Amino acid sequence: MNQPIRLTVNGELVTAAVAPRQHLADFLRETLGLTGTHIGCEHGVCGACSVRLDGAVVRGCLVYAVQADGARVDTIEGVSDSGEIADLQAAFATRNALQCGYCTPGMLLAAQELLLVNAAPDRETIRDRLSGNYCRCTGYHAIVDAVEATARARAEAKR
Amino acid sequence: MKSAAFDYVRPGTLEQALQILSERAEGARVLAGGQSLAPALNLRLAAPELLVDIGGLAQFRYIEEGADALRIGALTRHVDVERSEIVARRCPLLSRAIAHVAHPAIRNRGTLGGSLALADPAAELPACMLALDAVIHVAGPGGERRIAARDFFQGVFETALRPGEVLTGVEIGGLGPDRTYGFAELSRRRGDFAIVGLALAARRSSTALSDVRLAFFGVADRPVLARAAASALGAGDMSAARAALATDLKPVSDAQASSAMRLHLAGVLLERAFNETLEASA
Repeated sequence: MNQPIRLTVNGELVTAAVAPRQHLADFLRETLGLTGTHIGCEHGVCGACSVRLDGAVVRGCLVYAVQADGARVDTIEGVSDSGEIADLQAAFATRNALQCGYCTPGMLLAAQELLLVNAAPDRETIRDRLSGNYCRCTGYHAIVDAVEATARARAEAKR
Repeated sequence: MKSAAFDYVRPGTLEQALQILSERAEGARVLAGGQSLAPALNLRLAAPELLVDIGGLAQFRYIEEGADALRIGALTRHVDVERSEIVARRCPLLSRAIAHVAHPAIRNRGTLGGSLALADPAAELPACMLALDAVIHVAGPGGERRIAARDFFQGVFETALRPGEVLTGVEIGGLGPDRTYGFAELSRRRGDFAIVGLALAARRSSTALSDVRLAFFGVADRPVLARAAASALGAGDMSAARAALATDLKPVSDAQASSAMRLHLAGVLLERAFNETLEASA
């Protein structure tokens, strides 16, 4: 039986009735049309479905939409439109840190969360923190470059 | 894949949750962080009729310290343990181990109680509880029970939890400045379950280790204490300790590693974890 939910998605209040088995990533894509959240493995391994739930990055396929009742959800669309990660996105483009782009929304959210808790991560830390997001194109090197470059640029901007 | 259909209820209190579970024990599953249950549902390895979501019961999300003890609520998320100053100061074994639990996005959501109640034999936290001689608190229709970690883990995904019972928290006692820890794990990729792992807890005097507890994971159907190796390590004899692992452990063989390879790796990890206790005292 469908259950009513009320949540805030990218700053806007959303009400809907959802089947309990529908995961958050499907709800965002199918019901709200927010297709920037991608779906890969659907069992929590690949990271393509990453979204922010109450400020923390989670797997959209491992949270049911019904669990997000009362929560704040931010997707790549919201985080992109707000300008919060404009520099990180630019660094990804400059460094060729994306090819097909399928992993990129999740990769950007994971990288931004890392930079918020650790402003100056070394390359090993970047690799560790992004290890839950799979990229099958780049070989990761360029992604690590982009995250490292963004961390440096942000540190310099603060001076 | 998508999960099969299920009903969902989010009780507001533990009592309500226990009531629902007692009425629907057979077809119901407790949902905490969902980071193991949701994959099982999505892969259709499980198809419960009802999920009882206890994730909103905030009173079970806490980390508290006593004079010689640490109490952690079942709904404490891995990220809470990872960032906890209290855990880092009082029981750094958990801070070390938690970094090996899956990936940041999973740790943002997964809970201590969920990991322990699931009892994956290759998981880090059950082995830590065994090494720390922790006591696991559960609540059920018959009241509350306290179960030693050594009695709690009973097999692959099998625990002492009875139908209708919910894990509410853990208590880790005997903490003090003389405690020392080591943690080592080998996995194919970062965040994967362990091929072999070791949680070491001991007391340290100026010259030696005592009360050594070596909890290996990924080697059997549950975390295992290596008692003979621990006693050899307490006597200061590493080569005897490594040799004793052959009597303590009968590692499983699977696609990841043979039994002999796991036994070899267990010895490697024993030295690594032991060296960590030396570094900590340097």
